[in-house]
Amino acid sequence: MSSPLRREDVAHVARLARLTLSDAELDMFTEQLGQVLEHANDMASLDLEGVVATAHPFGLINVVRDDVVRPSLERDVVLAMAPDSQDHRFAVPRIMGESP
Amino acid sequence: MKTAEQVAREVRSGATTAMAELNAALSAVRERNEELNVFLHVDEKGARAAASRIDERVARGEAVGPLAGVPVALKDNLCQNGVPTTCSSRILEGWRPPYNATVVDRLLAAGAVPVGKTNLDEFAMGSSTENSAFGPTKNPLNPSRVPGGSSGGSAAAVAADMTPIAIGSDTGGSIRQPAALCGLVGVKPSYGLVSRYGLIAFASSLDQIGPLTKTVMDAAIVLEAIAGHDPMDSTSLPEPAPSLVAHVESGVVGKRIALVRELVDGADPDVVASVDQAVAALREAGATVVELSIPEFRLGLSAYYLIAPAEASSNLARFDGVRYGLRVKRDDVTAMMEATRTAGFGAEVKRRIMLGTYALSAGYFDAYYGQALKVRTRMIEAFARAYRQVDMLIGATTPSVAFEFGSKTSDPMAMYLSDVFTIPTNLSGEAAISVPFGTGEAGLPIGVQLLGPGRSEALLLAGARVLEIADGRP
Repeated sequence: MSSPLRREDVAHVARLARLTLSDAELDMFTEQLGQVLEHANDMASLDLEGVVATAHPFGLINVVRDDVVRPSLERDVVLAMAPDSQDHRFAVPRIMGESP
Repeated sequence: MKTAEQVAREVRSGATTAMAELNAALSAVRERNEELNVFLHVDEKGARAAASRIDERVARGEAVGPLAGVPVALKDNLCQNGVPTTCSSRILEGWRPPYNATVVDRLLAAGAVPVGKTNLDEFAMGSSTENSAFGPTKNPLNPSRVPGGSSGGSAAAVAADMTPIAIGSDTGGSIRQPAALCGLVGVKPSYGLVSRYGLIAFASSLDQIGPLTKTVMDAAIVLEAIAGHDPMDSTSLPEPAPSLVAHVESGVVGKRIALVRELVDGADPDVVASVDQAVAALREAGATVVELSIPEFRLGLSAYYLIAPAEASSNLARFDGVRYGLRVKRDDVTAMMEATRTAGFGAEVKRRIMLGTYALSAGYFDAYYGQALKVRTRMIEAFARAYRQVDMLIGATTPSVAFEFGSKTSDPMAMYLSDVFTIPTNLSGEAAISVPFGTGEAGLPIGVQLLGPGRSEALLLAGARVLEIADGRP
């Protein structure tokens, strides 16, 4: 298990997470996240060969219900809490680039 | 202040009214909320309407529930219809959920009166409430100390006698740790016992909702009222709420309990002394106490601080300025999302999103997240081995009494270590309770923790009740 986290790793992760970090934040997170990852190296002390991973405490099993129409939240009530809406839909800024 | 049990009894008998109890709660809030920063929002209008409904039903001779007229404080990561819900984050400032969390509906059905929403570490990430975007909550027992976290506001509401009971959520100790630091009973129920529909998710495989109360009996009453299957939560256990109140006075005669070395090692001497006295009290009450070492517990912190951030990084992806909360305007959608998240999240939330994103990213997944999930398996196996020998485990809830503001904020690892004794139970999905037992440095309360297998709440409440009596609260 390697640890020392590089500044460029942190910058890459920030892009994946859609966060803008200042230079000072990049330095701080590089150091702090490195410390957490270094602490995590103690997991290597346990023999984990062949151990099955647990993603969920009681083993999540698909839960299904009958496909019956039932009331849901009112559209207008939900949209009223959105930052922007238009024609009964959530509105967002431009997604695609301008046409050539 | 009266217990919830007393309030409900007196409301049912007509000795008091729900409105009188609400007025007492509201005046206690007015008196100290500015100083302590407990409530982010007080829903006076909604609370008065709920109290009136209870009083009208009593007047008509109708049956009212086990929490009739009991004011309750809700952690501000629980949705209440039309009431601002922020998770103590700028990114949700001003948002009013269009529905009730199942626990809110169940509390209302039991006759409780929700008074308002309490402060927390932003998105429940923290152990002191210092990570709230709306300022820290102060410990009512000593305002220069933290109340613990993340359910610090809920703990402070009860400790300051604002409400007899409060609801919190516990992902790595966020109910038990503030309960210990504020001298309260706090329960982390078995995973799936209480519906999480309407709880804003932090780490979905770990989060559970539970009560913070002054007495063990109140914890049993609240838990019985909010537990039980809910079709709206696919992780909800299939059975109805267990009978808990009836078992509170069952005692511990013949029970086998293990004092776990890893649940006291590293704790301050005053905390260790309290645990030792609690062990003596349990022996006195008829239990057999043995000592046990569970080395896997030492790795809980490492596994937790990979698993919880990984799940959080995924859960918090939904806060993107599209459907609710803050939007920082930009010309294209990606820039808008990035600007919104950068402005809306505080430092600790960003730290955990970064950590989780890293742990899940290509090339590191197996080394960190994958290993952590295997440690989790070993943790569950270690608990199971222990419960083949004994009925429950005992240890400290926290390594120290309530600490000073600012003493751990510059060092995330130091803050994370305050959860070292509570985390194993979240990883195993089992049950644990913190009960006040003795006092330590500066006269501050100490919490002793009892841990049990899944669905062992009745056993744990009975054990905690024995300790409550031994600590002088008959």
